[in-house]
Amino acid sequence: MAAKKTSKANVSKDNLMHFYREMLLIRRFEEKAGQLYGMGLIGGFCHLYIGQEAVVVGLEAAAEDGDKRVTSYRDHGHMLACGMEANGVMAELTGRSGGYSKGKGGSMHMFSKEKHFYGGHGIVGAQVPIGAGLAFADKYLGNGRVTFAYFGDGAANQGQVYETFNMAALWDLPVIFVIENNQYAMGTSQQRSTSSAEIYERGRAFGIPGEAVDGMDVLAVKAAGETAVAHCRSGKGPYILEIKTYRYRGHSMSDPAKYRTREEVQKVREEKDAIEHVRDLLLTGKHCTEDDLKAIDKEIKAVVNQSAEFAKESPEPALEELWTDIYAQAEA
Amino acid sequence: MAIEILMPALSPTMEEGTLGKWLVAEGDKVSSGDILAEIETDKATMEFEAVDEGIIGKLLIAEGTAAVAVNSAIAILLEEGESLSDAVPAAVSPAPTAAAAALPATAQAPKQGNIVEQDLPDGTTFKSQTVREAIREAMSEEMRRDETVYLMGEEVAEYQGAYKISQGMLDEFGSKRVIDTPITEHGFAGIAVGAAFGGLKPIVEFMTFNFAMQAMDQIINSAAKTLYMSGGQMGAPMVFRGPNGAAARVGAQHSQDYAAWYAHIPGLKVVQPYSAADAKGLLKSAIRDPNPVIFLENEILYGQSFDVPDLPDYTVPLGKARIWREGNDITLVSFGIGMKYALQAADKLLEMGVSVEVIDLRCLRPLDTETVVNSVKKTNRCVTIEEGFPVCSIGSHISSVLMQEAFDYLDAPVINCTGKDVPMPYAANLEKLALVTTEDVMAAAKSVLYR
Repeated sequence: MAAKKTSKANVSKDNLMHFYREMLLIRRFEEKAGQLYGMGLIGGFCHLYIGQEAVVVGLEAAAEDGDKRVTSYRDHGHMLACGMEANGVMAELTGRSGGYSKGKGGSMHMFSKEKHFYGGHGIVGAQVPIGAGLAFADKYLGNGRVTFAYFGDGAANQGQVYETFNMAALWDLPVIFVIENNQYAMGTSQQRSTSSAEIYERGRAFGIPGEAVDGMDVLAVKAAGETAVAHCRSGKGPYILEIKTYRYRGHSMSDPAKYRTREEVQKVREEKDAIEHVRDLLLTGKHCTEDDLKAIDKEIKAVVNQSAEFAKESPEPALEELWTDIYAQAEA
Repeated sequence: MAIEILMPALSPTMEEGTLGKWLVAEGDKVSSGDILAEIETDKATMEFEAVDEGIIGKLLIAEGTAAVAVNSAIAILLEEGESLSDAVPAAVSPAPTAAAAALPATAQAPKQGNIVEQDLPDGTTFKSQTVREAIREAMSEEMRRDETVYLMGEEVAEYQGAYKISQGMLDEFGSKRVIDTPITEHGFAGIAVGAAFGGLKPIVEFMTFNFAMQAMDQIINSAAKTLYMSGGQMGAPMVFRGPNGAAARVGAQHSQDYAAWYAHIPGLKVVQPYSAADAKGLLKSAIRDPNPVIFLENEILYGQSFDVPDLPDYTVPLGKARIWREGNDITLVSFGIGMKYALQAADKLLEMGVSVEVIDLRCLRPLDTETVVNSVKKTNRCVTIEEGFPVCSIGSHISSVLMQEAFDYLDAPVINCTGKDVPMPYAANLEKLALVTTEDVMAAAKSVLYR
């Protein structure tokens, strides 16, 4: 992970506490989702975000109200980080009417117009031109917004990503391409799938600036996000952030993860974990006590447990819902 | 030996063109490669070069003459020392005037007959307009009406449209709203879907729907399904449009009719107009529709003229078939260019004393099965006509509907006339064989009429 480190200066206690809380919420939420999957309450595919929490939490700290985001099927963390309710996300995972898509989208297909979260897309790479299209609309409307288009190292080998790089650069679209490089495209390591060691360098062919970022350091992510946002918002066109991260769990719940060793995962967890990193900063900087953090843990646990209860109790969608939302009705 | 210079074919579907301008005069010496004239095809103005050298003996067609048939003589080229009187006398006739030289169009649309117009205000007048002009007018009217509507695609702006559909639109709307894209269908279709999620109403032009295969994932998975997947929160109000189906002699990869493919998908609306009036009215409705609409055009129909209601805001609702002719003995159901064969067959059947009802579906999703079922309850016989492949065709779906909803009314099995179940061949004779023809329709009609 030869990525840029940032100084830890200029970070307030409140910032650190916020990052800790947000990252912990994602982790505990995902652990609970894994548990509910094991109990058969969540079906289909379920891709957990555990290990990658610093990416979305750091970038959301660089976003302003009204900025947009779009991502792939590994989307629970993005939704929680942009302020969507844990209850609605968990209830979508269980396919209930209280879910963000009324139970009709599932883990991979969730949206929130209110929070400017544009999915939740199940086709690898498809969200990248969509993200550029959101930015296209913002530029057309002249509203000063930027879009975060998240995709993985696997998606970075899709042709449409480069079609999009070309047009985004050509048209100076205010889009930040966030490559969440967790080093594995499902079961294929970056070394076995990707010709470039540094994926962000591919932007150079299109004249798109970019950088690699240590995705296990939420402060580094936030700082890089601020650089990218400032670039886009000033009308200079797209920017690429290749955020080097790691997922602790398998590609999905049904992945036995035979393509890497247990030791490899354990080493990252012990040496690089993003939540532990912030915890250390808080404690060594004497910003708070162990007890303060325990109180946060407890609070998060309550939120997550509540979301699980909500997701179990929320009724399944009414059978009539099968036939709704296929076509939008014209406004009178 | 004098040589006749012939009107060239400069596009796959060109059957006639306008001799825009002569760049040589009688008596001029020309060599191979010299530009002789500017010729306007249905797509563009092209320069026409000399192949042989010699002296221009006579210009047979005045400049500005429209509808000059391909392969008709437009000039006489003499050899050095040869005089005009030495040349073939028959070829030497006075240069006709522009009006007199206009040859009858070889591919004229069948007369509209007793078309059943719906809901037009009393006293509506009609103007003659090509399908091309109608589509352009529909887009321009909607772009004037709604700032969030924009057009993007390959060659739509500076080139003025590969098929001249968007001619002049860049001038009127500027490069912010008429946008040339790189050749990257998957990418720009996805960008347009994102723009639609973000509050715009994109019109995406595919140079042909054959190229939209590259963009299929964005059309189906992103545009069509998101409203459902988001529980109704967001969808893609947009139009994907362009020519669909066979042009002429462009082979297997450029000739496919995708009507049935798109009609298969819940979340899409699918329109395939035949007439210019429907092209205009349906496209305006499609642009206003809050859903993704696939608008399938036809290159051969672009240059055909029809009567279009001369109204300031002419719209046609999506999902309603048009009855072109009313009749009692047999129902012919078609859409798009298939209507040409249906109407030609209807003319011939009429001569045999058969009363034919001709239905233009116009919209394939939602499909107006009610109009078809009601018609068949009256005529008891049905033939469907389309250019696409036979398996899982629009016709096979209609047959299924008729079996379920009009079984007891049928006096004969429904026959589907379709393109043949083969990739489109290039050879002229094989291509003709592969396409659906008026003869196919006649044979099917006679079969269901037991005549």
